[in-house]
Amino acid sequence: MATQAKSHELIVSVSPHVRGKETVERIMWTVNLSLLPAVIMSIYYFGPRAAYVTGLCIVSCVLFEHLYWKFLDRKTTVGDGSAFLTGLLLAMNLPPSVPFYIPLIGSLVAMVITKLLFGGLGYNVFNPALIGRAFLLISFPKLMTIWSEPTAKFIAMDAKTTATPLGILKEEGLTQLIEVFGSKAELYKGLLYGNIAGSLGETSAIALLVGAAILFMKRYITWHIPLSYIATVGVLAWAFGGDQGLFSGDPLIHILSGGLILGAFFMATDYVTCPTVRKGQIIFGIGCGAITMLIRLKGGFPEGVMFAILLMNCFAPLIDRSIKPKMFGAVKETKEQEK
Amino acid sequence: MDFTKLFELVVSSALINNFVFTMFLGLCIFFGVSKKMETAVGMSITFTAVMVVSAALSWVVYTFIMVPLDLTFLKIIIFIGIVAAFVQSADTIMKKVSPSLYYKLGVYLALITTNCIIIAVPLKNAGEHYNFFESMAFGLGSGLGFGLALIIMASIREKLEVADVPAPFKGLPISFILAGLIALAFTGFSGLITL
Repeated sequence: MATQAKSHELIVSVSPHVRGKETVERIMWTVNLSLLPAVIMSIYYFGPRAAYVTGLCIVSCVLFEHLYWKFLDRKTTVGDGSAFLTGLLLAMNLPPSVPFYIPLIGSLVAMVITKLLFGGLGYNVFNPALIGRAFLLISFPKLMTIWSEPTAKFIAMDAKTTATPLGILKEEGLTQLIEVFGSKAELYKGLLYGNIAGSLGETSAIALLVGAAILFMKRYITWHIPLSYIATVGVLAWAFGGDQGLFSGDPLIHILSGGLILGAFFMATDYVTCPTVRKGQIIFGIGCGAITMLIRLKGGFPEGVMFAILLMNCFAPLIDRSIKPKMFGAVKETKEQEK
Repeated sequence: MDFTKLFELVVSSALINNFVFTMFLGLCIFFGVSKKMETAVGMSITFTAVMVVSAALSWVVYTFIMVPLDLTFLKIIIFIGIVAAFVQSADTIMKKVSPSLYYKLGVYLALITTNCIIIAVPLKNAGEHYNFFESMAFGLGSGLGFGLALIIMASIREKLEVADVPAPFKGLPISFILAGLIALAFTGFSGLITL
């Protein structure tokens, strides 16, 4: 009679029944790990200050999530690594010279308002780290745009402040930007290695690409969003970014500078806030690219990646809604069948 | 007629100076009908149509009656009267001419009469001295912008129905937070077009 007693355990849940090793925890911690090269590069270029800001962001994000669930008397979810990831991404989006309360306020907005109030991981409409940064940029525009020059000597405490490459490009033009770096090759080298002013994690394109390669190999992200995003930015920069008429722009500068690599591989691909259908993801990427270039070339801000991803986050449910995948074996309904 | 200016007016009033997300006007309808996609779409269509026509009507009355007679100080009252009269007559005519359309969109007409964007557009047109076509372009852009806001909001709110939102924040409070966050994203458009 053992079967009868345990019969309630025989109720079969809905599909899928095949189980893999992949869990939310595993994916989140792998993403955290894949950001490690970028973190190391940021500490190398911006000194102990970078480690301090990164640590503060991570600790406060994890702490806010833990306190929130404790306050609600629910099981804490800090173990899944998503709070850690939000803190890490928020830190990568901050300039190295911010005072201590900036990461704290950013973490509060990112974790509690953007993620937890909406129901926690899986329900947030926006990328938490990006909302945290957008909130900070609008509330503290001065503090959030002081970019210190990278020193690579581990003594960046009183570093010189300077403008980011995109800032120079916007204010003074391409010739001035090349002059600052000496030559075009030096400029590309600076953008690739990260020896430029900017947010902590966005400067070194190579370190970010190494991390992105890990995610591709683990198949945690697909090519749809990053490729369509970066290709759109490249084409638009080539077509409209030059000052000698159409198709004279330099796509590489726009692709490598700013937060594009970080945004396209690590933030636009967030499972929760992007469309789930493949075709929708391509539309999402193209939209991100178009808005990014619109803001970079015509807008009031030098950098548009953050706002572009946030705006497309708004549209993600709409994209999902309008592109429903075809059901297997489904036949298009005709007028006669409806009657 | 300057088509670039008209196009810029439509884009700027729809996206950059979106009434809902940058000036926080029209929130009662915005939160009231954005619960379901179907009502949001119906409202957007009706709203845009009413907006364009009432902008044009108010411009005619303002330029040919109020300015010559020095009655511009009465513009708030007169514009409310024009919109209310137009909406009421549209309501009655639609009921008679096309009952099926009336049953689809008629419910929204009554709500629109007292909306603050509907009165803001003629007032702004008068204040900025837009000509006839510019007034209509501004009305069209504002209507489209409001429709866009409604449809985005409805698509997200339908998704939020299943979310595990803490009890005190269920329903309207979380929608207010959501509107604030969308407005934060829309600040990215600021400075794009300066008219």
